[in-house]
Amino acid sequence: MDEDQGQRGGVPVTGIAALLRLAGIGAVLAAAAGGFAYAGGWLTPDRLSPARLVGQLEANAGPHPGFRRNHAKGVCVTGRFASSGAGQEWSRATVFRPGTVPVLGRFALPGGNPAAPDAAVPVRSMALQLTSPDGAVWRTGMNSSPAFPVRNAADFFALQQASAPDPATHRPDPAKLQAFLADHPETVRALALGRSFPPASGFGNGTYHSVNAFLLVDGAGRETPVRWAMVPEQPFAPFDARAAQGRDAVFDGLAAAVAQAPLRWRLMVTLAEPGDPTSDATAIWPPERRQVEFGVLTIAGVESEDDGACRDINFDPLTLPDGIAASDDPLLSARSAAYARSARLRDGEAKSPSAIAPPAASPRNAP
Amino acid sequence: MTRSDPRFDPLARLLHWLMAALILAMLFIGVGMVSTVSERYAMLVAIHRPLGVAILCLAALRLANRLRKPAPPLPADLPAWQGFAARASHWLLYGLMLGLPLIGWAMQSAGQVPVVLYGQLALPAILPASPGLHAALRSAHQLLAYGLFLLVLLHLGAALMHRLLRRDGVFRSMAP
Ligand code: HEM
Ligand code: HEM
Repeated sequence: MDEDQGQRGGVPVTGIAALLRLAGIGAVLAAAAGGFAYAGGWLTPDRLSPARLVGQLEANAGPHPGFRRNHAKGVCVTGRFASSGAGQEWSRATVFRPGTVPVLGRFALPGGNPAAPDAAVPVRSMALQLTSPDGAVWRTGMNSSPAFPVRNAADFFALQQASAPDPATHRPDPAKLQAFLADHPETVRALALGRSFPPASGFGNGTYHSVNAFLLVDGAGRETPVRWAMVPEQPFAPFDARAAQGRDAVFDGLAAAVAQAPLRWRLMVTLAEPGDPTSDATAIWPPERRQVEFGVLTIAGVESEDDGACRDINFDPLTLPDGIAASDDPLLSARSAAYARSARLRDGEAKSPSAIAPPAASPRNAP
Repeated sequence: MTRSDPRFDPLARLLHWLMAALILAMLFIGVGMVSTVSERYAMLVAIHRPLGVAILCLAALRLANRLRKPAPPLPADLPAWQGFAARASHWLLYGLMLGLPLIGWAMQSAGQVPVVLYGQLALPAILPASPGLHAALRSAHQLLAYGLFLLVLLHLGAALMHRLLRRDGVFRSMAP
């Protein structure tokens, strides 16, 4: 009956029947296109996309083309990580075998302003890339505050909106921020917790926390939820805004310290107990949790972003070697999506000089 | 008659329908993942990379098979412009089936992102680090993916026209 044979026996359909079939084909194509548009979020403009999230960061900080949309002010560092081998009990990652691997990193200030005064930002960050001999790459971005103000991307977006500068006053509207905090007791708690970890006098004597939980995976597939921190061997001293002279005092202090002697941190891994939440970055685990030293990080070089290798790296927290895996913390996927968006944007923009140009690496200061 | 069966050979038909499903899934996964910051993003990216590389391998196999075994002739009464559109769109489809995954791999390489397929299995970089290339290839990946979806729609529409209106055996030549 409905033969598909053409000159080999079939007959073309004409008239009303043809119109009906044409309409049917049109309906199939429209359904496919509609499904595609739905999947891509074009029919649901309220869906929180990486572009919207990063757009809000950009709106708050103003345009700074070529720079990261967050943690914009930074400097590159180089060094090495000496693994003690202790981590092998929980993770099959080759980076935890005894031995030393090269490290490339970046110290930064949160916020989208690449020329922010150091004293204006109470949190600092350390991002690292560790490359194992087998080529496996581990990237981790850590903050000096052990907790994050929000649990998920939707709250992060709402907090950014609530702290957006008012067009008239160029300052955030305190009422909006208050309204957000009233709805988010976990944010109030996390901010209070953050205040009990005051910033150190420099980058070199600060502790940097993974904040998010991850899973260590051993050779048998056994998973252990963990958080990690880089704990300095340099003695802590609190930041004193009066003593910190100049916009870039903390960055200048880093370059000066490394010029004197390499800086060292111990990688301390905190093992969760059953029941410790892994999907809530606003709360830290009880202090009595077991901590294991996996190795020692040494930072021996500081370079400007302008010619340093860190500038074009995306320190995506999900760039993980086999043996370290994401936990169920929803912030990890959100960070991965937003960092890819930020990296795509800044990589396509003309570069202007970084605010930080350490003497050793700066041609301007060369004799 | 030199050909008793005016159809594509069985391997060509198998690859066609397998890849149709994979490529369509890939296009939806692609636009879906960049539309969200939810946990779906990480989950979909983890599927996107190995699936894209699988499509690249299948496309290479398919092209080799296509060059070895020519396609059955189009109906003699097909208007010349339709014959041209058919041939041109088929080669464009081959170009995109190979080009899109290659661009995906190249943009990750230029952006210094390790192309981890699964566990310890990772692909080497095929381009040196270059932020400019990363951004340009990322845009190309997006635009060409939209182009591929449009081409797939046209291809589907034409196939259904052959099947339901002309009934000229063209659909049957690739039917499973
Ligand atoms: C949804 C939540 C978050 C969003 C939207 C967000 C957004 C961003 C963006 C857009 C960048 C710049 C990325 C680039 O261009 O390479 C960035 C950098 C960074 N973020 Fe986040 N972030 C979030 C949560 C966190 C958390 C929980 C931490 C805790 C450790 C964190 C630590 C860092 C660090 C250390 C950097 C600097 C990395 C570098 O120096 O390149 N972020 N963030
Ligand atoms: C037939 C093969 C492929 C198809 C049809 C495809 C399709 C897509 C689509 C539609 C998007 C979304 C573009 C946008 O709207 O911005 C996308 C993004 C992406 N694709 Fe592919 N792709 C393919 C192969 C690959 C391969 C082989 C890789 C890597 C090895 C890759 C890596 C990516 C990445 C990293 C993104 C962007 C993620 C982000 O920016 O957050 N793709 N792809």
